Amino acid sequence: MELDDSLDPDVDLRVPSQRHELIGQHGPVLGVIALGGGLGALARYGLAQALPAGPGQFPWATFVTNVLGCLLIGVLMVLITEVWTAHRLVRPFLGVGILGGFTTFSTYVVETRGLLRPGTVPLAFAYLAGTLVAALCAVVAGVWAARAAVRRTGHRREKAV
Amino acid sequence: MILALVFLGAVVGAPLRYLTDRAVQARHDSLFPWGTFSVNLAGSLILGGLAGAGSALPPSLAALLGTGFCGALTTYSTFSYETLRLAEQKAYFYAVMNVVVSVVAGLGAALLGYTVTSSLLG
Repeated sequence: MELDDSLDPDVDLRVPSQRHELIGQHGPVLGVIALGGGLGALARYGLAQALPAGPGQFPWATFVTNVLGCLLIGVLMVLITEVWTAHRLVRPFLGVGILGGFTTFSTYVVETRGLLRPGTVPLAFAYLAGTLVAALCAVVAGVWAARAAVRRTGHRREKAV
Repeated sequence: MILALVFLGAVVGAPLRYLTDRAVQARHDSLFPWGTFSVNLAGSLILGGLAGAGSALPPSLAALLGTGFCGALTTYSTFSYETLRLAEQKAYFYAVMNVVVSVVAGLGAALLGYTVTSSLLG
C-alpha cells in the first residue's frame, strides 16, 4: 500500500485504541518527523542567536532561515521524486521534519506585524515582500539547480509513463 | 534548558503539522493546499497571541511554545514548494491565491492574536 494512502484521517486521537492503531502504523514516520522538526528548530534558534534583530530592524535571521529552507526543499524534492527511489522515511525526516521545523511562517508574519509601527512601515513591507520573492526564487533555483546537476551526471531515473 | 524547550516544542509541533495536513487534505478535492494554510494560520494566531503577552510571557514558555511549537507547526518551505507545484501544474490562479491568501490571512491572524492578548494583559 502506498504510504500516501495509508493514513486514515478519521482516526480519533481521543480514543486510545484508535490512537494505538495510528502509532503502530505511523509511529516511525511521526517519530522521524518529530526528531527532524526538533533538529530543524534548534538550527533556526541557533541562527536567530547568531543574527539577533532588535526592534525596528530587518529580521535577517528569519529571512535567511526561510530562504535557505526553500532552496533546500527544492533540491530535496527533485532528488527524491525524480532521481532516487528514496526510503519511505527520507522525505518525512528531511522535508517535513528538518526543513519544516527549520522554516517558519508564524515568526515571519509576527515579525512583520512588529515592524508595522510609525517609522518602520516601509521596512515591514520590504520584509514581507522580500521574504516572499526571495523564498519563491530560492525554491525555483533549488529545483533548477538539482535538475541541471542530475542532467549533467546522467543520474535521472527513468520515469514510468 | 532553552535548547531543550525549543526542541520539545518542535517535537510536538512538527508531527502535528503533518497530521493536520493529512487530515485536511483528505477532506477535499481542491488543488489549493488547505492543510499547509491551516497550520500556518493557526501558528500565526498563537504566536501573535504570545507576542502580545510581551514581558508577561516567561522566556521558557516563549522558547517552548513560540520558537519550538509555533515555529515547527508552521512552515515556509512547504508553502513555497506547494506554490511552485501549483505553477508547474499551470494552476496559476491557485498559485497566486495561495501566496496572497496565506500572507494576508497569516498577518491578520497574527494581528488578531496580538491584539487579544495585549488588550487582556496590557
